[in-house]
Parts: sequence; structure tokens; C-alpha cells
Amino acid sequence: MSVSRYWREAKSRYMLQGSKCGRCNRLFFPKRSVCPSCKSLSINNIDNFNLSGNGVIDAFTYVHEGLTGFEMQIPYVIAMIKLEEGISITAQVVDIDDNTKVYIGMPVRMVFRKIGEDGKSGMIYYGYKFSPDMANFG
Amino acid sequence: MVGIVSYGAYIPKYRIRPAEIGRVWGINGEAYGKSLNINSKSVPAPDEDTATISTEAAKAAMNRVNIKSSEIGAVYVGSESHPYAVKPTATIVAEALDITPYMTAADLEFACKAGTAAIQISMGLVKSKMYNYCMAIGSDTSQGSPGDPLEYSASAGGAAFIIGDEHVIADINYTCSYTTDTPDFWRREGQKYPRHGGRFTGEPAYFKHIIACSNMVFKHQNTKPEDYNYVVLHQPNGKFPYRAAKMLGFRDEQITVGLLTPYIGNTYSGAVMLGTSAVLDIAKPGDRIFVIGFGSGAGCDGFDITVTEEINSFHKEKAPSVKWLVERSVYIDYSIYAKFRNKIILGDG
Amino acid sequence: MREVAIIGIGETKFGELWDRSFRDIGIEAGLKAINDAKITSNDINALYIGTMASGSLIKQEHVSPILLDYAGLSSDHIPSIRIEAGEASGALAFHQAYLAVASGYYNIVVVGGAEKLTDVSEDVARDITSSTSDQEWETFFGVTQASQYALIANKHMNTYNTKREAMAEVAVKNHYHGSMNSTAHFQNKITVEAVLKSPPVSTPLGMLDCAPLSDGAATVILAPLDIARKFTDTPIKIQASTISTDTATLFHRRDICTFDSTILASKKAYDLAGIGSSQLDLVELNDNYTISEIIAIEDLNITKKGEAGKELLNGRYRIGDKPSINTSGGLKAHGQPYGAVGIAQIVEIVKQLTGRAEKRTVNGAEIGLTHTIGGIGSVSVINILKRVN
Repeated sequence: MSVSRYWREAKSRYMLQGSKCGRCNRLFFPKRSVCPSCKSLSINNIDNFNLSGNGVIDAFTYVHEGLTGFEMQIPYVIAMIKLEEGISITAQVVDIDDNTKVYIGMPVRMVFRKIGEDGKSGMIYYGYKFSPDMANFG
Repeated sequence: MVGIVSYGAYIPKYRIRPAEIGRVWGINGEAYGKSLNINSKSVPAPDEDTATISTEAAKAAMNRVNIKSSEIGAVYVGSESHPYAVKPTATIVAEALDITPYMTAADLEFACKAGTAAIQISMGLVKSKMYNYCMAIGSDTSQGSPGDPLEYSASAGGAAFIIGDEHVIADINYTCSYTTDTPDFWRREGQKYPRHGGRFTGEPAYFKHIIACSNMVFKHQNTKPEDYNYVVLHQPNGKFPYRAAKMLGFRDEQITVGLLTPYIGNTYSGAVMLGTSAVLDIAKPGDRIFVIGFGSGAGCDGFDITVTEEINSFHKEKAPSVKWLVERSVYIDYSIYAKFRNKIILGDG
Repeated sequence: MREVAIIGIGETKFGELWDRSFRDIGIEAGLKAINDAKITSNDINALYIGTMASGSLIKQEHVSPILLDYAGLSSDHIPSIRIEAGEASGALAFHQAYLAVASGYYNIVVVGGAEKLTDVSEDVARDITSSTSDQEWETFFGVTQASQYALIANKHMNTYNTKREAMAEVAVKNHYHGSMNSTAHFQNKITVEAVLKSPPVSTPLGMLDCAPLSDGAATVILAPLDIARKFTDTPIKIQASTISTDTATLFHRRDICTFDSTILASKKAYDLAGIGSSQLDLVELNDNYTISEIIAIEDLNITKKGEAGKELLNGRYRIGDKPSINTSGGLKAHGQPYGAVGIAQIVEIVKQLTGRAEKRTVNGAEIGLTHTIGGIGSVSVINILKRVN
């Protein structure tokens, strides 16, 4: 991923910054500039909105054949997470070990982790993941 | 008075025991661990580094207080394991906490005392009224060369302190430093692992500087060891701080709360700040804390701290306590450790 | 709109075709179809090509002139159009070609789909496969295509009590069908136990729940129905060709156990064809993962939501049942060369309806449906084909 492509989405990836329709209050992640409910009436009426990062697991899987760059984390957990604001997001769930029982409905909270890197000399990519451990706080 | 307005800690979940490390190198690791008073050390997950640990610690500090991110004027991250040689960790942390852009940021390096250096810089900025609040972070994912004695202690963790002069939960009554050019430990530019002077790291480095800086605090503040409820000294292993404390006249009970190395190893820039966080987790108004950070190369930062009434209304529960973070542990073997710490060479080297 | 028929079909073997290039397989399928339709190059008005990832797989964009040229058609200077819609690229090319003939603009059109997946390593192929999900907000975070279907499987099992064995049954059935198809990538039969014990890819899905990465190409020739009999005695009429879409990102869906794009495209197709799902004799549907077949059976209204697993465990949908599902072996056994899939599904229905489906022929079949998915259900293409008596 090129530097500019990574950089321009940093706020959304670092702190779950989405957006909100000023007309119907619908929330979006990632950000949208047109609300699918209000269509053209929402244009220029959508503002940034920071999501809390609290949610529960709605579906999950242990990935054994991962994408390039995730070799050291295999098997890793990918989950669809229902955020407390009512919208969903798919992300990695960390702090999972052999004794952790992952389940639908498990509370999780967003944590800041390294997502990948562009080789040994390139950019390091950071962003959101979720942890059941940290769901105890906040 | 300028002091600590909030604090937050972060320690990765994984642990490895000295016996397991020793097993790989054919030595009695358990005995070696005992000689260092290290039962286990923390290990970062493959997706954790100084930027992520700093960010989690800083988030914890912010969660505990009602300070808007835009009120933080400066972010300093002290570490010897910044992910980038050039490009600040501090801007990553500041962006992730929504503190950017009307602020200043920089990375610091002074071996294990870059975090306390960040506190001192922050105090100066607050005292001079340049900023209301500054974020001082000490954090590391330090590495010892495989097979080196350091491998038994070098670990990962960090803490973030918000420094300000309103709603202060712990006054910093006094700070001072003692600094010389002493090459006890270093890592050259571009090198992955540090080198050290072996036993030279003891007497002429750690002990000489800790004792000298402590005496500066006692003299200036006109205090004695028994005036303090807690003492937190830099803790490269579990033995040195006890010995230094004894030399200074502290009792063992004063040091145990702030001594985490026996459980999580040496978190370098995070060590003294995590130890101080552990004390703040249980301290009562009026408690006095004696803190000396040490960094190889070499120098010490000393602090005389008094806990205020504000700590009673401080929202500790909004972030993990150090005890919780220490007890949250999953033990791994050396093969997983090697995988997590990037010591396994994949296809393209 | 004119009625449109398929007058010729052609395909390569699907599988690991180490000695064949992208253009080799594209041309082979094309020439077979041209021979089958008994047309000459002078008859061809246009060429439509569906391919998903030639740019990533063989670093070749703009493949349409290359295939046209190596088919010997460059001197005819006819339009050659490449269409991309992920794994539904071929199906979408077919839809566009259908519209072009139905509209009266073109008469004879060649539609091909081709993909060459074995010219990159499996790791690279997996990354490319996952690139039809949202790169910025899914793939970037480690979300593989298999993991997306695994989330669907996890949710479906939890919501509808769908059994792991029912998913395995999909693979067993489709391998059984593939064992009777000489062009199939896999022609071996497998057992439920083997599927359950296969190495995990993304839990609960194991290796034998996943369609393979195949090389392959398939082509059909379209003509207006009223002139179709000039070329063939067995024209197959296109009763309906529909498309519906949905969000690119799976986590934006109202319910991940359902592809609304499939529900909407199939409703429209049933209406256009004037039939209900119960009248289908043959269905070639998306089984890129075993769970995919289960949700497709439900979304196509062949069973009620949540019932497909039970039906599969009762032995339904094998050759001879109504409908017989994935008689070719499906993507699972016949193979999965992305851009070729949608065309190959149509080729199978045509083979069945014209009595050319070897030992797997479903006797008396009249009506078949194809269902092709791009992305994780972000586009569904439905075609209903009927024998003309």
C-alpha cells in the first residue's frame, strides 16, 4: 500500500473515526459522503463521528490460511463485531490464546495494533483490532 | 503545583520463563532467573510495538480524566525501541488519540530513562505555562541478543503520565538529574541487538548514578528514607533495586509495590513509570513516593512525589490497573517467543 | 427486445494446466464454440470477454485485443470488450452480450470467460482472491475471502442450527457429480469424514470446503432465436438474464446469512421466465465454499431460509433430483477459474439440455438456472435457460 493511500485513512484506522448523516443521524464506518437513506439530501451534511470502540462479537472464525504479512499470527481470529452504536465492522480479535473461548455475544473493545508493514524498510501500518480483555474497561 | 494529572499502563499479555530460555541454550535458566530475581518476562505479540504500547497506555491515561484531547499540548515518547529510526513514534500516538495537529511531539532516547526525561520536559513546559497538559510516555519492546544474559530480562511494557498543574493526583515536589558519560550499555545505529559492558553495568553505572541522584533528592528536600511510603528505583533485574535501596537505607517493604521486574522483566523506558503507576494504583492522599529512573550511558532522574486528595475522585477503574496487567498472563515456549519476536526467518529472509 | 438463444458452446478442461497460457485456453474454448455453432468468422459481430484479474495474475490488462487477435479475428476489426465483475466477470459479460443481441444491435456474438490462476504462487493467488472484498476496510485488516464465508458459516450454524455435516455434504455431492465430468478439475469422490478432517482454512471451513484455484476457459455463442435454427438443431433459449447488487463490504449487510442480490436477481428472473423455483430441473449455483451452496439454495427460494442443510443431509439435489444442483461438479469439483465460472455454468446447462452431459445427464430436463456471484455476494447474476422444442 502506498504511503498516501495509507496516510489519508489514518484517523479512521487509528481511532475508528466514522461519519454521521446530519439529516437522519445514521452512522457510517468507514466514512461516507452520501447517506444511503437520505441520498442527495445528505450531501454536505455529513460530519465526522468517533466511534466508542465497544462492541460484541456477532460471528467469528479462526483463520489458518492468512494473507501475506499475517504469517506470524496464524491462526488469528477474524470477527464481525456489532458496535454499541449499532453498526458492524469486521476486524481481527487479539489477546486470544488456547484457553480463550470465543463466542457470539462476547464483549470486545478496540485496541491499537500493528496491522502490517511494507517490507523491512517500508511503512509500518497501524490500526484497530479488538480485544476481549480490554472490554472490562471504558 | 506541577504534578501527575493522570496515568495509564500497558503490559503485553504474553510471558516467558527463564527456565524456558535456558533450556534452549543449555543452561539452568531457572537458577539464572533466581539469581536475577526474575520469574518471568513480558513478551509483545507480533502486532505490538512501542507505538502500540504507548498508544494503549496513553488511551488508558486519557480515559481516566475529563481532559479533551485538544488540551494536550505535547506528546513525548521515551524509548530505546522506536519502530522507526527516523519518523516519530509520538506523532503516531498523538494521531491515534486525536491530539493532533495543534501540539508538539518528539521521541526521546536515553536507554531506560527516556520516559522520566519526558516527564521532566513536560514539567518544564507546564511550569512555564507553555501548555496546560503534556503527555509523557515511557515504553519499550526491548530485545536482548539470543543467548545473551539480557535475553532473560529484556521485555515490553509502558506507561503514560499526563503532566499538568490542575487536578493533580500526585504533586511532583522536586526533580533533579545526575548525568555522566558512562558507556555501560549501547546499541549502534542499524544494529538489532544492544551490547553491554557485562559487570561494568553494575557498580560504575547503575549503583553509582542511583546513589548519587538519590542523595541529591534527600539533600535538596531535606528528607530521609523513612519519610517515604514507597520507593521506585530503576529495575534492570529483581536484585539491583533491592541492593541499591538497602545501600540508601530503605526497607524492603518500601520497594516491593513498585518492583515489577520479577514478574514482567525489565521494560526499560517503561520500568520506573510502570512501577510508579503500580504505587499510584494503591496510594492514599499524603503518601510520599521516592522515584529514581536510570538510563545507561548514563544518568538518573530523581523525583519526590506526594499523592494528593484528588486521587480519591480519580477514575482509576476506567483503565486496567498494573496488577491486572501483570496478572493477565499467558506463558509461551521459546518457539512461540521466537515467532513473536521475529527471530524466525521466512522464505525471502 | 428479441429472444436470444445459445447456438454453440466450448470449454477447456478445468484444472492445473501447466503447459497452457492465458491466451491458449481462451482461444481453445473460443474456437471449440465457433466450431460447435458452425459459424465462420464473418458471422461474428462482437466478442465479449469476462476475466477477473488478468492484471494481477499475468500482469496483462487490455486482454480483449490479444484474445481477438490470437483467435484469428484481428483482420475483421470487430469490437472486443472485456468485462470485470470479480468472480462474476464471465456471467456479466454474458449478460451484456445477451442485451446486445436482444436489442438488435448485434446478431452473432461470442462470449468467453477465462482465468489463469496457476501462473502465480498459491499465496499470491489467495491475496488476489481476497481482493474482491473491500481492500481498504476488509482485506487490509487480514480478512481473507475464506474468512468472510467462514463468518457466514459461523452465523448460519448459530442462527439456523445448520450442521457442519450438511456443509460437508455439499462437497461430497459435487465431487460425486464431478467424477462424471471429464472436464472437471477434480474427478475423485470424497467422503463426509474426509471433508470434516481436512486441514482448517478458516474455521469451520476446511480445505475440502473450498473450491480450488483452477485454470480454465469457457465460451458460448449467442444469436437471435429466430435465426438460431440456421446453425443448430438444439438452440437453448435464454428465458431471463438478470443482475442485482449489494454493498461491496460484507459488514454493511442487513443479514450476512442472506445475499439480497441473489434473492432480488432470482425473483426478477423467475418473473421474466414466468416460472417458479419448483419448475427448475437444473441449477448451477455458486459453491465457491460449501456454505455458499447452502445460502444460495435458500436465497434462490429452492428451500426456505435455514432448511437447505437439512435437505442436503437427506440426500437432496443429486443428479436426478428436481432440481439437480451443480451437476457439473460445481466450482468445488468442476473448478474455479474466476472469469470463466459464469460461462462454464451456462455451458453445463446447455450440455444437459442438449444431451451432451456424459454419464451425468439428467433425463427429461427442460429448464436450468445459473447463479454466479462476484465478491461476497456484492453482485449476483442469474440466467434461466430453456430447451426449445
